[in-house]
Amino acid sequence: MAGGFRVLPLLILCSLFQGILGEEHQPNRPTERISGSAGDVLEDDPVGRLKVFVYELPSKYNKKILQKDPRCLNHMFAAEIYMHRFLLSSAVRTSNPEEADWFYTPVYTTCDLTPNGLPLPFKSPRMMRSAIELISTTWPYWNRTEGADHFFITPHDFGACFHYQEEKAIERGILHLLKRATLVQTFGQRNHVCLKDGSIVIPPYAPPQKMQAHLIPPDTPRSIFVYFRGLFYDVGNDPEGGYYARGARASVWENFKNNPLFDISTEHPTTYYEDMQRAVFCLCPLGWAPWSPRLVEAVVFGCIPVVIADDIVLPFADAIPWEEIGVFVAEEDVPKLDTILTSIPIEVILRKQRLLANPSMKQAMLFPQPAQSRDAFHQILNGLARKLPHEESVYLKSGQKILNWTAGPKGDLKPW
Amino acid sequence: MKQSLHHQNQASRRAGGVSAAGEVALRSPSALFWIVLHAVCCLVSLALGFRFSRVVFFLFFSSSSTSLFTSAPLLHTVTTTTTTNITTTTTTTTTTTRTLAFSFPPPPLPPAAENRTRSRVVVGRQGIRIRPWPHPDPAETMRAHSIIERVQREQRLPYGAAKTPRPLIVVTPTYVRTFQALHLTGLIHSLLLVPYPLTWIVVEAAAPAAEPLSGETTALLARSGLRYLHIPFPEPMPDCWPDRRLTEARMRLRALRMIREKRMDGVVVFADDSNVHSTELFEEAQKVNWIGAVSVGILADTEQPSSPIKAEKTNSPVPTQGPACNSSGDFIGWRTFNSLTSPEQIEWAGFLLNSRLVWREAKGKPEWARDLDAASKEGDEMENPLALLKDTSPVEPLGNCGKKVLLWWLRAEAGTGSKFPPGWIIEPPRGARQDD
Repeated sequence: MAGGFRVLPLLILCSLFQGILGEEHQPNRPTERISGSAGDVLEDDPVGRLKVFVYELPSKYNKKILQKDPRCLNHMFAAEIYMHRFLLSSAVRTSNPEEADWFYTPVYTTCDLTPNGLPLPFKSPRMMRSAIELISTTWPYWNRTEGADHFFITPHDFGACFHYQEEKAIERGILHLLKRATLVQTFGQRNHVCLKDGSIVIPPYAPPQKMQAHLIPPDTPRSIFVYFRGLFYDVGNDPEGGYYARGARASVWENFKNNPLFDISTEHPTTYYEDMQRAVFCLCPLGWAPWSPRLVEAVVFGCIPVVIADDIVLPFADAIPWEEIGVFVAEEDVPKLDTILTSIPIEVILRKQRLLANPSMKQAMLFPQPAQSRDAFHQILNGLARKLPHEESVYLKSGQKILNWTAGPKGDLKPW
Repeated sequence: MKQSLHHQNQASRRAGGVSAAGEVALRSPSALFWIVLHAVCCLVSLALGFRFSRVVFFLFFSSSSTSLFTSAPLLHTVTTTTTTNITTTTTTTTTTTRTLAFSFPPPPLPPAAENRTRSRVVVGRQGIRIRPWPHPDPAETMRAHSIIERVQREQRLPYGAAKTPRPLIVVTPTYVRTFQALHLTGLIHSLLLVPYPLTWIVVEAAAPAAEPLSGETTALLARSGLRYLHIPFPEPMPDCWPDRRLTEARMRLRALRMIREKRMDGVVVFADDSNVHSTELFEEAQKVNWIGAVSVGILADTEQPSSPIKAEKTNSPVPTQGPACNSSGDFIGWRTFNSLTSPEQIEWAGFLLNSRLVWREAKGKPEWARDLDAASKEGDEMENPLALLKDTSPVEPLGNCGKKVLLWWLRAEAGTGSKFPPGWIIEPPRGARQDD
């Protein structure tokens, strides 16, 4: 009897001991929970919160294109293809369009590749237009809202502006027919023509298995201070410099090529992924476009990303507190980069590393096949779910038309 | 990713301009003029990087300037020029300002961003910013290395390195005698090797009656370089062994009371001055939760009648005292070399205590712990730290479950009445013969 009463306090004491002792015996690295601006939204489960209807388009819009060039599965724009495959077998998919909240059009606009593997955007506007014409005539749902409850994946350099050169992209602007739709794109820059309000910014595709295969033991000490591999000058297109990356990459090279803390070069080492895991900071400067797969690689390998791209909008910015995870340096402050990085307080650096170590952070940046919970596919669905319910005003009254089907450059109106 | 594509487009545009030039035929002075004009246009195209239409130029040249100027459909931005009497050179200069989105090395205005007044990011060519002294600053390099070192330390944490080393409190009873310098020197050297923060509490027994106070101990401690507390004890050390044992216990109790008074934090190690300790003992001390026991090698010749340890004649070759475990590593009892030893007679040296056990009030103090005052019978007697426990089950066996002997217990002293030069400094002889 007395022994029985004794047991309960002993149990409490034992759990106290566990708490005291537990720290020393824990094999895991300490991580911190990521509280996004909307509160731990990385862990939300979209299943049950929305329904997506996938249009059945003829295979010339998707499968045949992929068959012509299977390289599309591995380049950084492959998100559009994997998202289609994910949605086809996902629990949020519905075959009843009447109950769908969102409509998805599987058209692979970024799969027309040059022999070198670069996507040509010249036919993409026509392809998109042709797909929209098809869905608006075959199903009534496009005309019901003129696309306001439809979403499209446009992972190209400047999103739905469909051009690789920034000036041309700005000139074109977002394709007029997509004016009311939600765009899921990798490009994000504040106050830019090619980023529409309400777009969902996603990370570019980085092959998860390849990164997984190059993991090194986590107790390998991080001995590189700043790491970067890539071009500083694009000699083919901008030999003088100053145009490519708005001169930021050239500035990094000129200021820090002699600095032993900066391990930067244009080489393509085979140990690129391993080196990132041995570095404290990884530079992610803009190139021709502000986004790059380096951000994904830095997050996966636990290297603090140093983002040098003015006004950039990073993936899932409403769910991930990037300010607390990465370091942002203005392009004009690049000459002072070493001062900036060495004057960050050590507790801040350790905290950023703990946030990066959080597995849900890494998961949210990846597109694994088959899809796993909390990965980028699910974060896209979470983003779409957060936009629900649609306002009543998006449903057009009969006969009301907002889109002008003849707007845009003449070349876009040709059939595809 | 844009390399070859951009290049191709550029090349095709330039080629277009150049090929048109070859079609002009040399027929007349006006044709010559056109050739020259055309050559200039080609040069301009090369400089600008886009094809500069001759038709536009022709229109511009053949009619009044301003009216046509404003109506030209190919122009996006309109520059105000009113010059009509034109030479080829001035026309070229005016037309170059008609570019749409091109900006030049001097700081550009935001041409394409007219409609987006809030954006501060400019499209187009920017300067490459290089600071005047693009070399590393040594202070920053040092800071970066300290950052790297701190990051690596943090990385090692989950892999066994002790998070924060716990401080040690070493309790030593001592008294002035011939062998004191020998024993204390050895102990001081052992403590100097300990890599953890250490406080040494030295309890010194009083000098025997009719003898002056000497500063031997004080001198030894002051030279040690350790952090110590030198506590005087009112009683002198008796001559016979059993009484010495009791006095030593009382001296250690005095130290424990000091720990309690000052609420000193850490692991208490009972290091007698004549014992010899291995460095692993202090490593094991870091693992103590509340009370730990280690194996002690007892180096006493039990056959001698004046031996400090009484033992029956036994053939046991293992002169140790220590905890014993069962196969699953739990403490089951004591393993001693002679059956005469009861748990109360286990030497103090084999115990390691968490100092919070002797505090009056301590967070998390376990239920089986007795208060120090209650444990010391009549206020001043405690056989060994086991008196602090209500039962022996919470004793933690350390040193590979008592299999490893971490210290040796020894009582080697000179005979009573032996003398030594004060401070071990030999006075110069006053005559040929040295006094005793």
